[in-house]
Amino acid sequence: MTSTAMPTAEQHGLVAHTDGAFVPVQTRSERFRSVNVDDFEPVNGREHEWKLSPVAAFADLTAGELDGSRPTIETTLRQAQDGADVPGVAISWIDRTDARIGSAGIPEERASANAWSTFGESLLVSVTGEDEKVAVITRSGLGTAPRAAHTVIEAAPFSRALIVLRGTGDARLSENVEILVGEGASLTVVSLQEWSDDSVHLASQFARLGRDSFLKHIVVSLGGKVVRVNPSTHLAEQGADVEALGLYFADAGQHLEQQVFVHHDAPHTKSRVTYKGALQGAGARSVWIGDVLIGPKATGTDSYEQNRNLVLTDGTRADSVPNLEIETGDIEGAGHASATGRFDDEQLFYLMARGIREDEARRLVVRGFLTEIVQKIGSPELEERLIAALEAELQGN
Amino acid sequence: MSVLEIKNLHVNVETDQGTREILRGVDLVINKGEIHAIMGPNGSGKSTLAYTIAGHPKYTVVQGEILLDGENVLEMTVDERARAGLFLAMQYPVEIPGVTVTNFLRTAKTAIDGTAPSVRTWVKDVRESMTNLKMDKAFAERNVNEGFSGGEKKRNEILQLELLKPNFAVLDETDSGLDVDALKIVSEGVNRAMANTSLGVLLITHYTRILRYIKPDFVHVFVAGRIAEQGGPELADRLEEEGYDRYQVAESAAAGE
Ligand SMILES: Nc1ncnc2c1ncn2[C@@H]1O[C@H](COP(=O)(O)OP(=O)(O)OP(=O)(O)O)[C@@H](O)[C@H]1O
Ligand SMILES: [Mg+2]
Repeated sequence: MTSTAMPTAEQHGLVAHTDGAFVPVQTRSERFRSVNVDDFEPVNGREHEWKLSPVAAFADLTAGELDGSRPTIETTLRQAQDGADVPGVAISWIDRTDARIGSAGIPEERASANAWSTFGESLLVSVTGEDEKVAVITRSGLGTAPRAAHTVIEAAPFSRALIVLRGTGDARLSENVEILVGEGASLTVVSLQEWSDDSVHLASQFARLGRDSFLKHIVVSLGGKVVRVNPSTHLAEQGADVEALGLYFADAGQHLEQQVFVHHDAPHTKSRVTYKGALQGAGARSVWIGDVLIGPKATGTDSYEQNRNLVLTDGTRADSVPNLEIETGDIEGAGHASATGRFDDEQLFYLMARGIREDEARRLVVRGFLTEIVQKIGSPELEERLIAALEAELQGN
Repeated sequence: MSVLEIKNLHVNVETDQGTREILRGVDLVINKGEIHAIMGPNGSGKSTLAYTIAGHPKYTVVQGEILLDGENVLEMTVDERARAGLFLAMQYPVEIPGVTVTNFLRTAKTAIDGTAPSVRTWVKDVRESMTNLKMDKAFAERNVNEGFSGGEKKRNEILQLELLKPNFAVLDETDSGLDVDALKIVSEGVNRAMANTSLGVLLITHYTRILRYIKPDFVHVFVAGRIAEQGGPELADRLEEEGYDRYQVAESAAAGE
């Protein structure tokens, strides 16, 4: 958010970053990885991947024993029209020795490795067929005991689908999600966090994109005490294209975090990362870290990432850290932007000058700010539901 | 008969360099059905007057009053002023990401009228006004002013003027940045609104060309934060020939004493 005629630069919490201002802490490609939890030191909260997270709130997930049994989840498949099963989306459970497991990526931190070390079977969502389809997989009632989970979403070459992975109710969950996008496939994955107020959810999502494939990845975090969803995308083959979107609304006492990583690792790959968040209430907290690595093979890369935060009240904190590493000289474009701003008073004035009351004008602006992301989902049904959910957040639940 | 009165208005603005006095005693009376043109050089305070009438929080009234049918406008919030019948077409309309023109117009109309407009007539009214202003239907689903050209933004302001039907409208340089065709279209919009609701208009402009299409009843020359001279339409022609030098010389002479 930028404000035009009324400068708000002096206000607390307002930072605007411009290109080239950041030096990465460490080369992302050299970061330690392992599927074995014991290969990671115990978490103390000073590690670069944890230093902005409330690690004490979920020591059970980074260090404790997790329940890795097949969770009692309800898997609901829906087609927009008739509620029948969706042809071309198959749900099953696969053994942890399955060759697909680990093929999209492996853990970079301890909670992820802890889940990896403990999960029993993996949920497999298998997408085939070139027609568009929507499937919603709802996980509710995971309970308050610490759990591990693993999910593989596999889109066959040239297939298309929109898959929603939704969480509601209680959860103390550490999980890994692998997304395999086959050659020429076009897949949308929405990770929708609508957990109960006390829930903790730590997720690492690893996507691997094949040649000329497209992934639209959307993280929507609304409910939960601590929700940390870290999506990595490996643009592994020529022409792969990712649009990574995120939307979060942090209320009082809520910590919503996302560490986004895009690895350009083949020629002519493209990424667009856009995360937007609103913060409202004492102790509302958000973290966005956006790492983009353009490797030596990634000539002709086209990359842009941005994060925008809208601060609605005092007592909130939004961290926003873009990092860009470029290891090839021959790219088409790479940029980033990050801004955390107060409400734009000029927008408020404009709406009020048309007779709209202040509270309604504020709601319109915030809704407008966030719906830019919602509008990009591409499923009218889901868009409507999310707008309703945002409405509820704006009314203070 | 509705009337907007501005009496001895002094307005300050806070700048990084400290407080600056911008308006230095403005007196103006606008009756419903009248068109008042305000002309003046850059920086003379025309937009400041417009924003102050609308209630922009950046401007502080240090002296004087604004009355709408005897009611103290300065005590009203921005939205109350709009609901009382004041309208400001802005020099630089603001972009509102994620809020469509349709949604915005309906919300504003509902706020001004106190009830939601009947769906059928409203949709028809919006469509008709857009057609009159030669705005493509697609604008209805675009976000307010986002990516609009300068001329499109001005049309969007006049669209709101037509649909919200205020008693008094301040048009802040609605003509600037418009080509001849757009100028005609926008002027016709204002004239239609005049014909339909006989509103009072305060038309702020740099140029006389809009006055070929919108005929002012009064012309006020605005210099250094106050009205330096007023007259009928003939004053505009004189300004076109002579410019503002005459007033500015007088002003700086006065300031130098
Ligand atoms: N927010 C502000 N901060 C600092 N100075 C301001 C502010 N608003 C107005 N001013 C100053 O007040 C004076 C009058 O400005 P205003 O915009 O009212 O002029 P104007 O007559 O509308 O000019 P123009 O013809 O260029 O639109 C100018 O010198 C301007 O720089
Ligand atoms: Mg001006």
